[in-house]
Amino acid sequence: MLAFQILIDGFAISALYALGAMGFTLIFGVSGVLNLSHGAIMVAAAVAAWAAASVLNTDSYTGALIGIFVALIMSFATYFVVVQPIQKSRRIPNEEKEIFVLTGTLLWGIMIQELIAYFFTNNAKTVLPIIEGVVNIMGVRTPQNEIFTAVVCCVVIGLLWLLVNRTRTGKVVLAASMNPRGVTLLGHELNNVYIVVWAIYGVLAGLAGVLLGMFLGVSSYSVGPLTASAFSIVVLGGLGSVSGSLIAAIVVGYLETLTAYLINPAYRTIPALLLLVVVMYIRPQGLLGRR
Amino acid sequence: MGSFFTSRLFVISLIVVVVAATLPWYVSGYVLGLLTVAYYFGVFAMSWDLLFGFAGEVNFGPTFLIGVGAYTAGIVNAQFGLSPYICIVLGAAAAVIAGFVLALPALRVRGPYFGLTTLVAVLILQSFIVVFADLTGGEIGLTIPDVITIDSHANYWIALGFMTISAAILYGLAQSPVGLVLQASGQDAVQAGALGFNIVKHKLAAFVVSAFFSGLSGALLVFYFGTASVGTVVDIAVGVNVIVAAVLGGRRTVLGAALGAIFLIVAGEFLRPTGELATFIVSAVALLVVLFFPGGFLGAALSREARQ
Repeated sequence: MLAFQILIDGFAISALYALGAMGFTLIFGVSGVLNLSHGAIMVAAAVAAWAAASVLNTDSYTGALIGIFVALIMSFATYFVVVQPIQKSRRIPNEEKEIFVLTGTLLWGIMIQELIAYFFTNNAKTVLPIIEGVVNIMGVRTPQNEIFTAVVCCVVIGLLWLLVNRTRTGKVVLAASMNPRGVTLLGHELNNVYIVVWAIYGVLAGLAGVLLGMFLGVSSYSVGPLTASAFSIVVLGGLGSVSGSLIAAIVVGYLETLTAYLINPAYRTIPALLLLVVVMYIRPQGLLGRR
Repeated sequence: MGSFFTSRLFVISLIVVVVAATLPWYVSGYVLGLLTVAYYFGVFAMSWDLLFGFAGEVNFGPTFLIGVGAYTAGIVNAQFGLSPYICIVLGAAAAVIAGFVLALPALRVRGPYFGLTTLVAVLILQSFIVVFADLTGGEIGLTIPDVITIDSHANYWIALGFMTISAAILYGLAQSPVGLVLQASGQDAVQAGALGFNIVKHKLAAFVVSAFFSGLSGALLVFYFGTASVGTVVDIAVGVNVIVAAVLGGRRTVLGAALGAIFLIVAGEFLRPTGELATFIVSAVALLVVLFFPGGFLGAALSREARQ
């Protein structure tokens, strides 16, 4: 009974974590950007979906779409307002661009967070589930929406895999992550590749945010922890490795669920962090990372 | 060194410190309290700048070092009732040890991985504070029985003196041959190593110095507040403020970091009437500085002077 409960809840959490971290690692892999406004964009999507349903009275599908759309806009804004100007700036030496992008996106994330808090208060918001009802799986009462969440995450991750490995655009993105100069020599505009990646990122982060809003609920306080969890999953898996983050998401998701059910919900995040430190000491590039 | 004492920077700094020292006679106690905190914050930012601006290592967890110093001092005082001065020394020592333990493995990895290790260190410290709530006071915070003094003037002068001495030591270190080696290893570790300098040893030393001042400042701060809590000395948001202060003031300037910290705290206070938008405005201004004046306040001023 408890074992099944852990199995089911852990899977849903893992799938959600994987979806959230996927876009994050994709951007790092292709353009070397660690986007610290990640959590803010996810929360913005969830809050937009919530606002659409409760203020504009749309149904939950439209609400979810609005949430994803908002995340897409935010993603482009992050790229064009913060990341691109820093990357193109001549006053910032190349070896310091990384820290400037980190600082810039961090500040940007705080700005988004504060605006959300200002307009929608700090209260936790739960997005209305798309599918209502509860089913009984092997003696465990599971909300149908939890199953829906897990399915959507898996399907989207599958689609992403197809997009990257089977389509022309995807192959260019993949090539750009391996050798940007080679891609430009083949006649592809690197800027367009980045725009595609940020678009994919926006949709993924938006979807993850909206689903998280249905599953656990979000508030402007979730911004930091969300960024941190995406960060640790991506590091655990290896920066820039999509399959690595997938494995790491499952490890972290189950570790957290196990701790919460078997030991104490308050210690939820600790084992994952300790694991992260151990991995950093033994294998700093992460499970599947490249040096 | 002789030329330094007649340089413009020295004269300006001296005037600023002297003027700051006279403030208690004509500003309100409220402003003094604000500046006292800002000065300790300035030391956090300067220690961070030594590591980032010179050693080229991004420490995302300045609050790990600050928090270890602050909580060690607080716990020793609360549990054993030792005098605050001994507690502060112990706090600084604990921060140095923690910095050493963190830096040894962390410096083996490069770039973002180093930053991540330090970030994770903060998260773990935060979790342990919550887990060992009996000892640390958990999320509510630790109440510290003793204070150094309750006189706001004395507290202000202690903070100002501490910041001035720290600034002099850190600035001197940054300008010394050791600082130059650090700067070289930050910019091109391979070449600096090829010149025969032990990069790891220098960076380790920088980390330990940074840890010492962070821990000392953290310990002093808790004895000023009378409490230690996650929200004031450990939270990632505090670390972010330290980093923003250093970048705002101008990286690789040490003194700029202190200016940035004071600006950040005072600006936050001036914006209090705008209510919840205050943090938004401070972040927006910081972002604009990062985008358009990447050298920071002091960096922009120095480069203008250099051009003339």
